[in-house]
Amino acid sequence: MIRPHRKHTLWLAFILHRISGLALALFLPFHFLVLAYALNDAAALDGFLKWTDYRLVKFAEFGLVFLLAVHLFGGLRLMALEWLPWSHSQKTLAATAVAGSFAIAGSFFLSAVS
Amino acid sequence: MKHVAPGGSAQFENTLKVSVWRSDTDGYQTFLVPQQDSQTVLDIVTWIQQNDDPTLSYRFACRVGMCGSCAMMVNGEPRWTCRTHVSKVTQNGGLEIAPLRNLPVIKDLVVDMDPFFDKWVAAEGVFEPSLTRNDPIEVADPTTVQRQQADAAIECINCAVCYAACDSVAADPDYLGPAALNRAWSLVNDVRDAGGGPRLDAISGAGGCQNCHSMGSCAQYCPNDLNPTASIAGLKWETAKSWMKQGWLKW
Amino acid sequence: MVQRLSALVMAPLVVGHLAVMIYAVRGGLSAAEILGRTQGSFGWAVFYGTFVLAVSVHAAIGLRVIIAETLNVKARLLDLMSWSIGLGLLALGLRAVFAVTGGAQ
Repeated sequence: MIRPHRKHTLWLAFILHRISGLALALFLPFHFLVLAYALNDAAALDGFLKWTDYRLVKFAEFGLVFLLAVHLFGGLRLMALEWLPWSHSQKTLAATAVAGSFAIAGSFFLSAVS
Repeated sequence: MKHVAPGGSAQFENTLKVSVWRSDTDGYQTFLVPQQDSQTVLDIVTWIQQNDDPTLSYRFACRVGMCGSCAMMVNGEPRWTCRTHVSKVTQNGGLEIAPLRNLPVIKDLVVDMDPFFDKWVAAEGVFEPSLTRNDPIEVADPTTVQRQQADAAIECINCAVCYAACDSVAADPDYLGPAALNRAWSLVNDVRDAGGGPRLDAISGAGGCQNCHSMGSCAQYCPNDLNPTASIAGLKWETAKSWMKQGWLKW
Repeated sequence: MVQRLSALVMAPLVVGHLAVMIYAVRGGLSAAEILGRTQGSFGWAVFYGTFVLAVSVHAAIGLRVIIAETLNVKARLLDLMSWSIGLGLLALGLRAVFAVTGGAQ
């Protein structure tokens, strides 16, 4: 529930970082399992990769790339604020992180569908 | 604005619908309160207690934003009620006033502040003198960055607005919270203080500064415009420095 | 601390991984294409081996915090959960790295 005290930029940056991290952690085991197909069953891996041709799956991949990018930038933002002299441009940093993530995920999406 | 009726009771052009948390019913009770110019939320609560229901409990002292005792949740957000104008926080013509979040309620709008102050002590938020009265007075140069950081954090009035705003406190009752850590940061930067070692242990252990996720709600709501998120970031850096100096050897 | 250190280790790796992904998906994915690039490559093995190690630590600590704060799990059970998450991810991840980079085609 978004309560009134949870409507400001940095709280939203926090929840985005937490949800993207959680989603990535849940995705990882499946990612590893699929890659391990290559060990003994390259055909199965190929079968799985064909599946990635579908538009819907491509969109899900876009989501994953976005999560990874947003978690990366969000994390760099946190380390900048903890380890570099404090600046008052936190909100700008948070917004830039999201924008940068969209740019990266967008370019992935474009190169995937083209 | 105000017309005084023959019976002495005042009639007002506008009334405000105010829902106030009551502990005996565990719910909100609605009062109709006359509106006035430049009215504060504390004025509203005081009006209710003096004119409508004398059993309503609440806490205040200075009424000018110095003592930090009148903080409450107003429409779901923590506020110092004596300096919060009704006209700025009214939503849909009404107000919802509740006791501060993250602290045990004693009665109605009064919370038990013990956990809040216990954590100040647990964070070693107490000045430890490095000199005795026989030594010459140590000069704290106000132009140094360190002193400016201490000064920025020192203006806290202990109102617990940040503590109520913090979701990390809500998630982990052992977390020291923004006010106590902000206080510790002020002392870390005080050249006259000698409590550094134990304080660093206190703020870097369980419940310490690493529990902060930089949500920034403390800084968002601090009525004195302090930035506890920045103070805690400073503590995290101090912790990191000490870890890099010798902490990793303990591993 | 370790959360920050593993994050620092991963920052360039993630950038690399993102770049590889954007490059690799051009014109579709196939197992042969991927494996042709990676199998027998010591460089990719080190790159992704380090990545897997760091991500296991990072995910275990991150999930530990989320579990502690949202599910209110404490102390020994929490330790047990974070260690199993970390070691489980490490095992799965290293198996995947070995599968993709081990041996020559």
